[in-house]
Amino acid sequence: MPSATLLGQSVVSGLLAGGLYGLLALGLSLSWGLLRLVNIAHFALALLGAYLTYQLGQVLHMAPWVAAAVVVPTFFALGVALHVVFTRFRVTELTSLLVTFGFAVILESLIQWFWTADYRRYETPYTSASLRIGPLFVPVLELLACLTATVLALATWAWLRFTYVGKALRASAEDPAIAAAFGVNHRRHAFLLSGVAAAYAAVAGAFIALISTLAPAQIWAWLGTVFAVVIIGGLGNPVGALLAGFLIGISESVTMAVAAPAWAPLVSFSILIGLLVLRPERV
Amino acid sequence: MIRIRRVASRGAVIALVLLTCATTALAAPSGPPVRIGGTLALTGPLGPTALLHKIAGEVYVDELNKTTGLLGRPVEWVLLDDQSKPELTRSLYEKLITVDKVDLIIGPYATSGILAAMGVAQRYQKVFVHHSFGMPHLAKYEMHFPTAAFGPEPNRTLPTTVFDAVAATANPPKTVAILTSKFPSAQFQSFGAKEVAEKRGLKVVLYLEYEFGTRDWGSLAARVKDANPDLLWVGALGLDGNQLLEAMKKLDYTPPRHFHLFPAPGPLVVAPDGKWALSSTVFEEHPPFLNNPGAAKLIPLFRERAAKANVPYTHVDTQVAGSWAAWQVLEAAVNATKSLDDKAMGQWLRKNRVDTIIGKLRFDGPNNYGDDLFKVKQVQDGKWVVVWPREFAAPGARLLPP
Repeated sequence: MPSATLLGQSVVSGLLAGGLYGLLALGLSLSWGLLRLVNIAHFALALLGAYLTYQLGQVLHMAPWVAAAVVVPTFFALGVALHVVFTRFRVTELTSLLVTFGFAVILESLIQWFWTADYRRYETPYTSASLRIGPLFVPVLELLACLTATVLALATWAWLRFTYVGKALRASAEDPAIAAAFGVNHRRHAFLLSGVAAAYAAVAGAFIALISTLAPAQIWAWLGTVFAVVIIGGLGNPVGALLAGFLIGISESVTMAVAAPAWAPLVSFSILIGLLVLRPERV
Repeated sequence: MIRIRRVASRGAVIALVLLTCATTALAAPSGPPVRIGGTLALTGPLGPTALLHKIAGEVYVDELNKTTGLLGRPVEWVLLDDQSKPELTRSLYEKLITVDKVDLIIGPYATSGILAAMGVAQRYQKVFVHHSFGMPHLAKYEMHFPTAAFGPEPNRTLPTTVFDAVAATANPPKTVAILTSKFPSAQFQSFGAKEVAEKRGLKVVLYLEYEFGTRDWGSLAARVKDANPDLLWVGALGLDGNQLLEAMKKLDYTPPRHFHLFPAPGPLVVAPDGKWALSSTVFEEHPPFLNNPGAAKLIPLFRERAAKANVPYTHVDTQVAGSWAAWQVLEAAVNATKSLDDKAMGQWLRKNRVDTIIGKLRFDGPNNYGDDLFKVKQVQDGKWVVVWPREFAAPGARLLPP
């Protein structure tokens, strides 16, 4: 029987891992839900963001937040450029799967060409730092990632709910024709949202660089879980993505603590399948 | 008199020049290349370690071509990327043999790829030398020749060596926790470690298998900390061990001793948490290994190429040496039989020993496996040093903590 400390620690670990899932899922959820584009290249962008953060921090000795301040706006521009391509070639929801998959493969090859297939690790003084709360330990970098995910998710929710641009985006996603009739310039807002989604990928990438070891093949390691988070949380729902991330993270972590670790994906994907069976309208 | 001397000295110079030209012409390989086909995981999760094998192979082929090549012919290594996928490995070896029509083949990296390629080699009766196969009992093909010198029962012999090493310290472990990747060879040898531990009276306080490619180490680290073993055995591939140590450090816990099965050697030696990490090896850059054939040549060449390729750890270790040994075995078989005939080469290898960088290899045991040449190494002062058996230990080195 696992001890209370072990269970408590696994809940903490799961919550923090879930925060990172939510952060990764945020941009994907927005582009899928509001632009109807399934952007598989989002994972490659996140990993590219991670490698750039590593390069600026480990090799060029910039502070992590300075590196992030350079990378995030760059990725905003990259996101806008990506949407120019989607618009130019009239990429639809279905074709976006193929097109963005192709982009992801190209980005993986570029990453490997520049940084090789060898592992890269961004070492900082905070790598092993933890806060102690009774018998439990809360790793600092993971906590920061979780807090950032929470702030961004809430900020995005508020942006979508209370601002003109947010309402316009939601209106366009629900009924493009009527939204246009009301004067919503969907095209311009779509560029903005694509830039924001890519910027969120860069933020996620910065934390991946700080927390994990990097290898080009990691692009695909996150795919299944983050897609599950996006679907469970609801497309275009930033807070839903965060809460779904927490749910998946905690369920996986507790499963790994009390049962065979290999069962963890079984639990998280069972939740997804159950939800799709009961609420198929989520996709 | 002076005229005779001038004629004689001119003649000597001409003879010397002719001799030099003849020697150079004899040494330089010429003619159509001997094409040796193979794959490596140049991309995918096995990519980081496969990169070391790529560099080792390139260095070997370049050095061959600087001298006599094979059978006086230059060597061309036809290398394809199997993306760490066994199903792709199988198809690529099929292509190498039937479409590219290579003369010889050499194995890929890691157990699953090698097993896939072995079936193809068997179908076409090609000699199959490989360097990183961890499940000898599955290698049934009579013309396969391994340079991963585990011996025929690594699930028994390797854990025995490791447990012997830690038992010889002043504070031998009483409990062991085993965490292993489900990668086939890691799982196979780690399960063997569990069996050996139990037979030796060590209490196995935890046995867990995790998926190859696991990202979340927090819960696993918490379980190890909860079990609090004297020795942690990690059936690790690549960076598993690093990530687990880091996750445990975040919980303010470090196991007293930790052994890593197939780690990426560089990252573990440079990691802040890698101090005193144990692993296994057939070669390290210190005596007595430096006296082995090829060591003096390989070390500087590999370091130079690895630095150019931005590899963080540029020392020759067990992976690189195993790869080099595979090429040495292939070259020895070609030279001994003076042919590229797979059957003749296979017969020669079954009957003869090959002196390689990792020691003398023989292939006449069960499933063509010979002696277990693996030793225990440890991270000490930022480098790997062999600590057991004592006769192979680096000068002055012993297992720490003592």
